[in-house]
Amino acid sequence: MTALTEELKLGLDAPICLTWELTYACNLACVHCLSSSGRRDPDELSTEEAKAIIDEMMKLQVFYVNIGGGEPMIRPDFFELVDYATTNGVGVKFSTNGSRISPERAEQLAAMDYLDIQISIDGADAETNDRVRGEGSFQTALDAMDNLRNADFGPFKISVVVTRENIGQLDAFQALAEHYGAELRLTRLRPSGRGVDSWHELHPLPEQQVDLYHWLLAHPMTLTGDSFFHLNALGDENLPGLNLCGAGRVVCLIDPVGDVYACPFVLHDEFKAGNVRDEGGFAHVWKESDLFTELREPQSAGACSSCGMFDACQGGCMAAKFFTGMPLDGPDPECVSGHGEAALTNVGVEARPQSTSNHSKPVIVSLGPTRV
Amino acid sequence: MPGQHVLDQPLALHPRVALRPEPFGALAYHYDTRRLNFLRSHALVALVRSLSDHASARAAFDATGLDAARWPAYAKALEALIASDFIEPRPIGSNNTSQELA
Repeated sequence: MTALTEELKLGLDAPICLTWELTYACNLACVHCLSSSGRRDPDELSTEEAKAIIDEMMKLQVFYVNIGGGEPMIRPDFFELVDYATTNGVGVKFSTNGSRISPERAEQLAAMDYLDIQISIDGADAETNDRVRGEGSFQTALDAMDNLRNADFGPFKISVVVTRENIGQLDAFQALAEHYGAELRLTRLRPSGRGVDSWHELHPLPEQQVDLYHWLLAHPMTLTGDSFFHLNALGDENLPGLNLCGAGRVVCLIDPVGDVYACPFVLHDEFKAGNVRDEGGFAHVWKESDLFTELREPQSAGACSSCGMFDACQGGCMAAKFFTGMPLDGPDPECVSGHGEAALTNVGVEARPQSTSNHSKPVIVSLGPTRV
Repeated sequence: MPGQHVLDQPLALHPRVALRPEPFGALAYHYDTRRLNFLRSHALVALVRSLSDHASARAAFDATGLDAARWPAYAKALEALIASDFIEPRPIGSNNTSQELA
């Protein structure tokens, strides 16, 4: 444990990594969507309100913001907001399914500074990807990548949520990234949003976690958003990153209606710190809210305090514990020592928290077909 | 200047780097490389900010009244910042080349 990690646990004056979901509207209906997106919320922030948030970020010296959704490019003022941010010293990295990146849009994006793009795919082939993200979504993403390459956008990012079904394709993802001159980003599947159910079928198996840990050590340039620190208990070597839960300390999320949550994986009333429309705006929520103050206090290791690996894994991910119905001061459901698996079998389906912010379209979203 | 130690050269914060004060010191962000860096003491932040006012890093050490016993540690920190492009040599005779970005 470094002194820096201890200092970061006490919280920063402003977030390092701020995720901002611009809209709940989405043309896809991925089975693991963290924000249960689909339909636009009528109460979403106006263009003026969104610009006021960017003004506040400038003042707080939030150097860049991670924009997501929903599908953020669906917002009619998407380019106006990105332009406003990047020309005022707030860099933008945005996540998209690529459906709106036409050749013309790609040219427009390539002409902008301080802009990073992450195209999401969850399989290295259409069959694996489309089962999670929907029919045709793999080809849509590839078309967007082609358009960005043809427009000379430069290196973009290919963002993959690691699942039981695609974990054998890590080398194929790496090859795809190299083919496009792109960077590969791998993140952890969380049981949040619509993932509350699909996680149980899709999260990596214990032996797959071991493979992932070694793959990440062998490919240290892979971007991970520090999301796999629970794997550090697998060996003597730590994965690159801060190795801590940053919720409310160094990260937070602003949702499309201005609600501020502790991290992008906990869109639930229990982790809502306030709203940017409240008096004092975002800065007040970040600096003064009861929830964030509490998250910056020393956290108990609880049931993990007797485990020798706690310094390595930090008890894992708060969101993963919460949405599987497990105590926050106990093991992560994917604890590499197996403590989570054992605890998970004792938690019934009814103990999983119900979503408090669901914008799914009124259709049943389930895993797609798989070839036998 | 061949052979000259980097800390004997005039230095400055890279013009595309911004510093944000934090309880532990400052967070540095490089707009070109999009990299973050942590300056982990207030003395180091003061030193980095003052570089462009001095003919060399050693002159800046002197001016900030930094205990000589701590120079090696600070020299190491500066060398790391130079290696990652957060600090760069500045042309002789120029000063105040660093600029704060919003």
